Amino acid sequence: MITNAKAIATRDAYGEALVTLGDLYPNLVVLEADISKSTRTNKFAKEFPDRFFQFGVAEGNMMAAAAGLATTGKITFLSTYAVFASMRAMEPLRTLIAYGELNVKIAVSHGGFTPANDGVTHQATEDLAMLRVLPGMTVIMPADYYSTVALVTAAAEIDGPVYLRFTRDPVPVLYKPENEFQIGKGIVIRKGGDVTLLANGDMLHIALEASEQLESKGIQADVIDIHTIKPLDTDLILDSVARTRRVVTIEDHQISGGLGGAVSELLCESLPTPMRRIGLQNTFAESGQYNLLLRKYQMDSISIVNAVFDLMK
Amino acid sequence: MESREQLINRLQIKSYQIRKNILTMIHAAKSGHPGGSLSITDILVALYFHFLDIDPINPNWKYRDRFILSKGHSCPAWYACLADRGFFPVEELITLREIDGRLQGHPAMTKTPGVDMTSGPLGMGLSAGLGMALGLKLDGINSRVYVVLGDGELNEGMVWEAAMCAPKYKLNNLIAIIDYNNLQLDGNCDEVMPLEPLKTKWEAFNWSVQEINGHDMEAILDAIDTAQKEKGKPSVIIAHTVKGKGVSFMEDECDWHGKAPNDQQLLDAINEIESHKVQEISL
Repeated sequence: MITNAKAIATRDAYGEALVTLGDLYPNLVVLEADISKSTRTNKFAKEFPDRFFQFGVAEGNMMAAAAGLATTGKITFLSTYAVFASMRAMEPLRTLIAYGELNVKIAVSHGGFTPANDGVTHQATEDLAMLRVLPGMTVIMPADYYSTVALVTAAAEIDGPVYLRFTRDPVPVLYKPENEFQIGKGIVIRKGGDVTLLANGDMLHIALEASEQLESKGIQADVIDIHTIKPLDTDLILDSVARTRRVVTIEDHQISGGLGGAVSELLCESLPTPMRRIGLQNTFAESGQYNLLLRKYQMDSISIVNAVFDLMK
Repeated sequence: MESREQLINRLQIKSYQIRKNILTMIHAAKSGHPGGSLSITDILVALYFHFLDIDPINPNWKYRDRFILSKGHSCPAWYACLADRGFFPVEELITLREIDGRLQGHPAMTKTPGVDMTSGPLGMGLSAGLGMALGLKLDGINSRVYVVLGDGELNEGMVWEAAMCAPKYKLNNLIAIIDYNNLQLDGNCDEVMPLEPLKTKWEAFNWSVQEINGHDMEAILDAIDTAQKEKGKPSVIIAHTVKGKGVSFMEDECDWHGKAPNDQQLLDAINEIESHKVQEISL
């Protein structure tokens, strides 16, 4: 399924998608907090200067202003880094936007480890947990260029709050332009039957690498892209896990509250299953090269393979 | 055509009614915030019974003026005005804070007709208001956005982020009114966190600033009239008020920030408001 050696950061896909959407929707506006070159909203700013609002380094004000703009019928996108949107600006996000059921898309870059050598202050490793707990919130982390374009487009089409999380660094292009994506519907990338690997974002291609290593050892894995962790595609997950009876979640996030948390909650209630969670194990990381961080914090493909062996014992 | 004098008299009489309703609903709920509700009553009455272009039949009318009560805890005053304007029945006011009710302890836009923005956690309303003002300008709609803030609320940093931002976008359709009763929960504003020189601060942020007595109906009308004429920047009206205004035993008492009157206190308060009202009309 890895169709292409090409790699593109999903923030780049977002920046391009926004320009297309700006043409499509005259009522689409974009808010930014002084990092438009980094979040890639600068492309939209250049094309649609009247609908681009620069808030400076003031994420809280931007988040609350987004709530106000949304009440005037705007499809309101705002961008900053995932850490700032999910923490500095969390109160207006929760109390004005989520509680108010407002049409704001919180589209953030630098998800997970992807700002690796910037260190813990800029790595967003708790944001998915914080967002997933909000009633009515849709939470998405696409894995590659094409899925990002499609899911950003789908997010613009629904009337309600959506959190979209992107990577700073390039990730392999896994899909093709003709692939279809639906919010809340996972994608089976590989059918195996011995174990279910559930992954999203920058971890999906690492899960695929792990599945190839497993295959060489005679183990066939289902690999499923859970790009939307809320609402969770429970049918698809239960269908796979009912066959494999073993599951590993793989995410660039703490193992609590995000994908691993969501799947644990589902399986505990509906289909208790032996499970391992790959992600940050209740610790903060550090500065360092992305690949070295994944290795040190046991989130690389070898760690996934080891988790599967552990489950097979 | 109503004369200025008749207008002022009509609004003053309305204020008495709203004050009585505020106290009645907080008494019924056995909790709520009378002090700050009474201090903003005259300002809200001026807005809701003279300035705001709104439609109770169509609360989400696209061309309406917007109102945000950033100091959301004073919502009994807001609900009393909305009910009187016909957004929901006046009889519903006594369901304040009740389960299955529409009148939440703090304003919720998804629950109450006429509530344009959720509020309660302090410091967010001006930012939300500037977002609305930006949206209206973008659409070429001439409606205005009014935001009432508390004085203690100005301790919040986000207020000053919004204060910095609104003049950048020349939001002359944004009018902030500060309920400056000089009391916050733990004491005098001067002691808890000094705000002065407040007028200078807003001027330095490039707002058009007026300072008035927030219980003088003529001054309120004049100040909002002036703010509406502002061409190039947002306006702020610093309204000096008295917490608990209109009920002598509540006036200037921190204790009445968040406490409901008991049966006797309600009776005493309503009698006092009635006596003021008689005096006013006999003048």
